[in-house]
Amino acid sequence: MVEALRGALAEEMERDANVIVIGEDIGRLGGVFRVTDGLLERFGRDRVIDAPLAEGGIVGTAIGMAMHGLRPVVEIQFADFIYPAFDQLVNEAAKMRYRSGAQFAVPMVVRAPAGGGIKGGHYHSQSPEAYFAHTPGLKVYYPASPNDARAMLLEAIRDPDPVIFFEPKRVYRAVREPREDYEVRERARILRPGEDISCISYGASIYECLEAAEAAARRGIEVEIIDLRSLIPLDEETLDRSVRHTGRALIVHEAPLTGGYGGELVAGIVERNFAWLRARPMRVAGIDAPFPYALELEALPSARRILLAIEALMRESEEALPQTVFGDARDSRQGGLAAARTEDREPKNDSGVKKGDEDSVEGAMEIK
Amino acid sequence: MGGTIAVERILGEGGALIREPLLRIERRFVVYEAMLRQRRFDTIMMRAQRQGRIGFHLGSEGEEAAILGVAEALADTDFLVPCYRESAALFHRGFPIESFVDQSVGNARDVNRGRQMPVHFSSADHRCLSVSAPIGTQIPHAVGVGYAAKMRDERIAVAVFFGDGATSSQGFHEGLTLAAALEVPVVFFCRNNRYAISLPVEEQCRAETLVDKAVGYGIPAYRVDGDDVLAVHFRACKALAEARSARRPIFIELLTYRRGAHSSSDDPTRYRSEVPPRDPIQIFRDHLYTLEAFDEEAIGRRIDAFDRDLRAMLRRAEAAPKPSIESIVEGVYAKPTRTQLRQLEAIQAAREL
Ligand SMILES: Cc1ncc(C[n+]2csc(CCOP(=O)(O)OP(=O)(O)O)c2C)c(N)n1
Repeated sequence: MVEALRGALAEEMERDANVIVIGEDIGRLGGVFRVTDGLLERFGRDRVIDAPLAEGGIVGTAIGMAMHGLRPVVEIQFADFIYPAFDQLVNEAAKMRYRSGAQFAVPMVVRAPAGGGIKGGHYHSQSPEAYFAHTPGLKVYYPASPNDARAMLLEAIRDPDPVIFFEPKRVYRAVREPREDYEVRERARILRPGEDISCISYGASIYECLEAAEAAARRGIEVEIIDLRSLIPLDEETLDRSVRHTGRALIVHEAPLTGGYGGELVAGIVERNFAWLRARPMRVAGIDAPFPYALELEALPSARRILLAIEALMRESEEALPQTVFGDARDSRQGGLAAARTEDREPKNDSGVKKGDEDSVEGAMEIK
Repeated sequence: MGGTIAVERILGEGGALIREPLLRIERRFVVYEAMLRQRRFDTIMMRAQRQGRIGFHLGSEGEEAAILGVAEALADTDFLVPCYRESAALFHRGFPIESFVDQSVGNARDVNRGRQMPVHFSSADHRCLSVSAPIGTQIPHAVGVGYAAKMRDERIAVAVFFGDGATSSQGFHEGLTLAAALEVPVVFFCRNNRYAISLPVEEQCRAETLVDKAVGYGIPAYRVDGDDVLAVHFRACKALAEARSARRPIFIELLTYRRGAHSSSDDPTRYRSEVPPRDPIQIFRDHLYTLEAFDEEAIGRRIDAFDRDLRAMLRRAEAAPKPSIESIVEGVYAKPTRTQLRQLEAIQAAREL
């Protein structure tokens, strides 16, 4: 993924002289994760800025740059260090277009390596996406694969609005794939089709979801894995289509449960798709604690915990649902509220894409 | 501005004294031994990190004089507010090195039960606040501790450490602003080791010197050769005494050099190639050679014994049990919430699968 990001930055800097990168240790050192390696030599000090240790200043300066024609891409060394820039992001970048009647806009990208699993403890492991998703005016992207990262970074730089771009650092070097160019356009992607459960995730947790789905398949449960890729804006269409098809939703993220983005996903899924649900939605999330060091793998949503939730979700929908609400839950396809809506369920082919609908989803549903 | 403030030195050519130090002769040997011990400590811990026995280490190679010169000047009742490179100062206050090793391994014996990354120490018993990775955040904390001490009518000082990079942070600017306004007994020790990871101090700050920043906030400032342990001790003693009695902030820039990598995660050959200045341990040793009572051999034997002890501590720390799963939620609040306990159950269930 590091190479994909670096390639996207270089390509966009080559194409558009207004694109500049700024951050701590990104020039001479090439960034602590080497994402910007070689850019200083190629594009010079005016466009590759080794900034003083002042995130609030860096982001505030980037906002000014963006308001006067540049396309700044900020690197925050670790997402855990984004908070000194919180005021600039939440009060300034997010509100600029709105408060100036669109006279000013902030086409800026803030890249931030996020997530745990690298033995980073409290301050090199955090997943702060929910704070930003909660702020109208900020877009929040969170790619999980190299090709997505590449495509999404290019799109983020060209976007007229500020984008907080989280990078799952645990898979920076772990995941490689042959380069492929395509568009993401803020659409979710179905990574694995499945009939039984819609498992919705983003970032590095996607890989645990895939592992759990394999294990579940051996037990005869087919899990559909949806990688959101863009949290804000949210591709409700892809989500809803999947959930209406499976009737079961499982949300997985690394960030702590309470106030996490999963809560918003569950609420939206229930609000929009209540009648199609055959079980209560479930969440597997990071624990409500600062990210621990020695027991970090225990705190992260593991494939095991996801598998347990998958089984619980199946069990509950088959056996334990209150009959008053859902009719005979043991056979809910035929009975109850859910069944009353079966005719609304969209026909689908094997890949989960509704026939004749391919154009409107724009590659968002491609299966890998 | 700051360029006109002379850099204070006590150790001259060949170990001669430029002026009379405040550090008594017997204590010079103690401080020298602590410097050597710290160097050995960092060497062994870095090696343990390379071998995968601990996850991370961050040492103080080259900054032992700056750190221990201050530590020696502190009274037991003074507060130490560390950045992260000052473990030597905590050890100098009697904190057991084995506790640091336990914390680095992240075992159940660690006071913090493996919750923090290595080098994130703290010890209320030694009046040492808790290390935090985010740069500069500790600076206003020191101001607050100083204010509380003043309110409680305690005649103590607060010593806060940070690097040159931190002088760009919010915590620094807001902290110094508050310190001056509230007139607190805080001494700001800026370890100018010339680098913030890869960024040279000249690119961090275009003022002539870092003390210019303190002067701008109305805080009296000094510049001291941070590789001259006697000069550091001298100025720290004076400043801490003044903070305790006059209850006002003072800023001290310690000019030194980070000889090693920023941390075990860093590779400095990517961004610098200059010849490092003379080692502060050698500079001090030149002076000790001029003293009759200096028993270099005895110190060497004790350092070798320490070396063996430290290896044993590492082995014991590795053999100690891992923290219990409950430790993840303990201590977030004084009492875990029901939500946390339910989450803990889910984790336990998955482990038993
Ligand atoms: C707010 C924040 N931003 C970035 C970092 C990453 N980081 C860790 S140490 C460091 C450099 C600190 O340099 P300095 O203050 O000079 O202290 P030194 O390490 O040289 O002792 C940086 C950028 C951080 N820890 N906190």
